[in-house]
Amino acid sequence: MAIPISYNIRNLKLRKGLTIMTALGIALTVTTAVFLMALLAGLKKAFMASGDPVNVLVMRKGSTAELSGGFDANLFPTLKTLPGIATDKEGQPIASGEWVVVVVLPRKDGTGEVNVSVRGLMPAGLTLRPGAKLVEGRWFTPGQREVVVGRSIHDRFSGANVGDSMDFAKGQWKVVGVFDSGGTAYDSEIWGDVNQIAADFDRQGGYASAYLRATDAIAADALKHRVSDDQRLKLEGTLETEYYEKQTSSGGAIKFIGTFVAVIMAIGSSFAAMNTMYAAVAYRSREIATLRIIGFSRPSILTSFVIEALLLSLLGAIVGIALILPFNGMSTGIGNSLTFSETVFSLHLTWGVALAAVVFAMIMGLLGGFAPAWHAARQDILTSLRA
Amino acid sequence: MTLTRFVTKSAFRNKRRSILTVLSIAFSLLLLTLMMTIWHAFYIDKGSAESAQRLITRHRVSLTQAMPAFYRQKIRAVPGVVAVAPVNWFGGIYKDAKPENFFAQFGTDPEEIMNIFTDFKLPADQLLAWQRDQAGAIVDTQLAGKFGWKLGDRIVLKGAIYPVDLELTIRGMYTAPQPTNSLYFNEKYVEEAVSWAKGTAGTFYILTDTPENVSKVAAAVDNMFRNSPEPTKTESEKAFQLSFINSIGNVKAFILSICFAVVFATLLVSATTMAMSIRERTREVAVLKTLGFTRQSILKLYIGEGVLVALTGGALGCLLALGLVSAMSHAPGMGLFLAGVKVTFPTLLLAIFVAGMVGLLSAIIPAYHSAKLDIVEGLRYIG
Repeated sequence: MAIPISYNIRNLKLRKGLTIMTALGIALTVTTAVFLMALLAGLKKAFMASGDPVNVLVMRKGSTAELSGGFDANLFPTLKTLPGIATDKEGQPIASGEWVVVVVLPRKDGTGEVNVSVRGLMPAGLTLRPGAKLVEGRWFTPGQREVVVGRSIHDRFSGANVGDSMDFAKGQWKVVGVFDSGGTAYDSEIWGDVNQIAADFDRQGGYASAYLRATDAIAADALKHRVSDDQRLKLEGTLETEYYEKQTSSGGAIKFIGTFVAVIMAIGSSFAAMNTMYAAVAYRSREIATLRIIGFSRPSILTSFVIEALLLSLLGAIVGIALILPFNGMSTGIGNSLTFSETVFSLHLTWGVALAAVVFAMIMGLLGGFAPAWHAARQDILTSLRA
Repeated sequence: MTLTRFVTKSAFRNKRRSILTVLSIAFSLLLLTLMMTIWHAFYIDKGSAESAQRLITRHRVSLTQAMPAFYRQKIRAVPGVVAVAPVNWFGGIYKDAKPENFFAQFGTDPEEIMNIFTDFKLPADQLLAWQRDQAGAIVDTQLAGKFGWKLGDRIVLKGAIYPVDLELTIRGMYTAPQPTNSLYFNEKYVEEAVSWAKGTAGTFYILTDTPENVSKVAAAVDNMFRNSPEPTKTESEKAFQLSFINSIGNVKAFILSICFAVVFATLLVSATTMAMSIRERTREVAVLKTLGFTRQSILKLYIGEGVLVALTGGALGCLLALGLVSAMSHAPGMGLFLAGVKVTFPTLLLAIFVAGMVGLLSAIIPAYHSAKLDIVEGLRYIG
């Protein structure tokens, strides 16, 4: 017969101070782990949401990022006339030749300078990114030294309000609008006219990349292969979604350090939980003997103590997740190894992360609780009663 | 029995509990020591004497912008500059795009670069061989070991930024004070293959005559190009490296919050243990008091016990950290992050101090309650 769980809950309540302190210790470990997992989840979200499955990104063969190199502008008309490209209201193919360059801007809070991506695009570039919506001001006018800034840029850098002037490359750029692309990587970019940007960075006569909007997902796939297979072009097509998926790897360092820190903290917490459970067992050795005499079997005592340890760690997990709640949605930037610039993303506490945290805490509880529970189950009845 | 012996005996009388507590504190302190070591390496360590004499000039706008190659001659004319050489990021792909096959590749001037990397050790005959072969390269000994390269081996780097595949012959292997995970080749190779690469430079490495002149030279170089179309930013090697680390995010806040969590967790563990161990000895305290021990001496006994356990944990944690850091800094692949990082003596001292304080704080409250105990109450206590 199993010992009722209420027995364990009452015991945890009885030794309140000890329970709270041990649970808090576990909670701190869980908080650290949740923090890192939520960070990675947010990062993944930023990059996963950035791509549009019908957009095909074209770069020179061998290029891994939009920053590396470019191709001759003569190739662009050929690209534009490929079959499968969607057309706009005027019947023009939706294709945009673009440049991405990196500039250094000082952070608003004065914690140093950060690399930021500046994207030069053609008017069609706005059409093929319907996810980016203007929240303030207007879009830039082609031929003018005007830029629109992503929401994260607007929030994190000074001089990024409508009407301000930004100073980079060869002079001042007027900020005429702020756009929001829904937490994607574009929110960390500054957009302007491609010809103006190319001229300022001495990159006329070519494009770093071209974006083609296909009529549907199948046409996009076909278009991608068509670009890559064309021997004359020496270009390579990728789906925009695939391109951003690759960039998620910039979270590698956080992942590595995070796992490392979480594992070491978990080992420490497991020892602490073990200590508490051993104390619980020692404290109740007479009680355990009595339970045995009443007829509870060794396995049910073992189970009961393991459950108690799990309850303790569950409490820790709940507190740990609760501690991180106020920070949910807080945003931070990460350097992207492919684009050399900062992408802003927010802490994103998902159900998956919460579940992983609970499992993580349970593992700690199990590690800490099993040995004491085993010890409890193996106790000699007579000796324990006499103690 | 002396007091010290009494404290030691009581601290370890419940062996299992003491060991578990010590281990728990040790792992937390291991983490704390590691974090402090990283902090030290990033923000306090000024780098070696040789490194302190080096400056790196890049385009003011960003690292991805190129500067005109003629800047080199202008920089050379600045007083205090001993040597200057271009160092251009090639960013090629070796074998495949997998991260484990990634390493840094730079195009440079073989005639001058080794005069700037004064702390790199490259045999003179190998340097000569590299200077003679335009398609030659030198690699870090640690990198060569990782890929199993030998002198005379040919490797192919597929260009990603530059549309050219380099076929390089390894002419030399250098040893740097810290693993650099890098390969250097002659910049002329790329320049002759890619027309637009000619006459540009990504960064310039500068050697100054004295460490004192470093900031003066940096300011002089930047002032010289301030109003040109391609302004520059010149900073020390250390500051240059730090700008990469900072791009990962707010590393300082990150490390600090981990440290805070770790210290607090340690405090909880230690306090739990002390509370348990003091509570089960309520009767003993009453006996000690009957024997004439004052409140103060009882307080001291318990606090001593807490500090002793925490210090043991702290010392063990420090030992673990020492072992781990030395293992990691020698492990291949860890190169860029923890290369040459060492646990310094002040860091260890600080870690031990933190452990001691944790022990002290954790024991104060239960010990105070215990010392205040009424003798008769205590004797009646049955646990």
